[in-house]
Amino acid sequence: MELDREERGILAGERGEAAQRALEYQIEVGRFWGARRFVRVTNVHMMGDIEVMGDGGLAWLRGQETLGARCAVATTTNARCVDFAHCERLGQDAGEVAKERALIASLRRMDVVTTDTCINYQTVYQPHLGEHVAWGDTGTVIYANSVFGARSNFESGPAAFAAALTGRTPEYGFHLDAHRRGRFTVRLDAKLEDLADWGAVGKLVGETHQSYFSVPVFHGFARSPEADELKHLGAALASYGSMGMFHFVGVTPEAPSPEAALGGMAPEEALVIGEADLDRVYRDYALGGGDARLVVFSGPQQSLLEMKQLAALFAGRRVAEGSSCFATTNSGVLAQARQLGYARTLEDSGVTLLEGVCFYILQNLSPMREANRWSNLVSNSAKIVNIIGAHRFNTILRRTRDCVEIACSGRLR
Amino acid sequence: MSVLRVLRAFGDPVEGEALVSEEGFSPRYDLDRWSGRITKPGHKLEGQSIADKVCFFPTAKGGIAAGWAFYDIKWKKIAPKAFIFGVTNPVMVQGAIFAGIPITEGWEPDARKVVRTGDWVRVDPQARTIEVLRRTE
Repeated sequence: MELDREERGILAGERGEAAQRALEYQIEVGRFWGARRFVRVTNVHMMGDIEVMGDGGLAWLRGQETLGARCAVATTTNARCVDFAHCERLGQDAGEVAKERALIASLRRMDVVTTDTCINYQTVYQPHLGEHVAWGDTGTVIYANSVFGARSNFESGPAAFAAALTGRTPEYGFHLDAHRRGRFTVRLDAKLEDLADWGAVGKLVGETHQSYFSVPVFHGFARSPEADELKHLGAALASYGSMGMFHFVGVTPEAPSPEAALGGMAPEEALVIGEADLDRVYRDYALGGGDARLVVFSGPQQSLLEMKQLAALFAGRRVAEGSSCFATTNSGVLAQARQLGYARTLEDSGVTLLEGVCFYILQNLSPMREANRWSNLVSNSAKIVNIIGAHRFNTILRRTRDCVEIACSGRLR
Repeated sequence: MSVLRVLRAFGDPVEGEALVSEEGFSPRYDLDRWSGRITKPGHKLEGQSIADKVCFFPTAKGGIAAGWAFYDIKWKKIAPKAFIFGVTNPVMVQGAIFAGIPITEGWEPDARKVVRTGDWVRVDPQARTIEVLRRTE
């Protein structure tokens, strides 16, 4: 790779051993992808919690601190695995909780802003068209590339941390024009009135096109989609298809027209998604023994407007006896939801609000499932329905209103 | 014996027993990171361990968390010897390089037509080749 003077300096140890090692690692990653140089990034978002990192990751991170690691650019953290206010009730392991506290303290000493959110793009930082960032959590990356027209690859925890120390990332993938071109088109011939419908579209398109560089171009939708709708679409595309970008004609900044989105090339395929396709998605979930005792609104964390909608649906109702219902969000949204009364309404209905976490990465989730004898998990998030499989839940996607009905009636439909 | 060419590669040469999947892989969605077994219900390799295997997957699925997960399973001594992907994504590559696990992308011919689970294979990232040394019985 071509290195500029500053990069040669980092490699020579001018910014300390942690930055030097970070750049060496980034060069290996860049070489794999054939990157010719680095691009400077303005913002880093990293995943780092004890559940994903494990003891090995924590020991490594502490080693970085000892080497003098310090963020060179603004760096925030993704959702984590412990809500300290609820960890005892959830039966989370006290030893792991202590490690999580130590991990957060270590990150802060290295100047990481521990925001604990997977909706940084809604609540913390909105990059502009063409801005290079190094973000992790696939949902944040696909939103940055698609909706903002910013440029990021999926940056895993170690890769994002390296970018935080060096202030740059190898130039490959979605940093390059060549990979941002739409590959195939998807006409949306459905109303898509619920967030779950947008996730279902992401599932249908992602499952059949599992490739990071397979960029779909959506078109033909009758109205202007909302931010939360694009969030669920993106999160599901990234989850089912490992996709890093989409275009939406007339909506996203690099898609003023179908031709522009496709970079003047013919689409490799032209799909249509209609109401019948969505109906089939919902119908195809096996209901197992009909267990309806776990309903989750998470993955991604709820925005303030999602909290508002949930509060309206739960108002005056109660989660069924023996059932559990969780909604997760970040601390900022939760504080506002408290001010506005949404949090109170939800808690009065028996919904447990978890802060700074995402349900699927909760520490101790498998034992939690066993202790509660949960077999099914019902959610309006297509992403969480997809990713929680290793914990051996049978998962079922339902529309938001249906999820609330299932939570309050204790009956699956 | 058969030789495959790969498009991109990282790591030192390794030999090991092949585990060939018809389905894609995520260490978060599919893997129990304490036992090294694939536990996602219905995964085509459900019940199989990836520890010390040369793992062939046609695609990569999902998530950012793979980056830490590979280091975690290496720390727990249940890591595979190498990851061989038809198509992969940056997270798998970042994670494998971070953990020092050899990884390759792209195969010619399609590994699923040439390599069977149980075959003994040699992966040479520098030469960008994978060779079947011994066939399973």
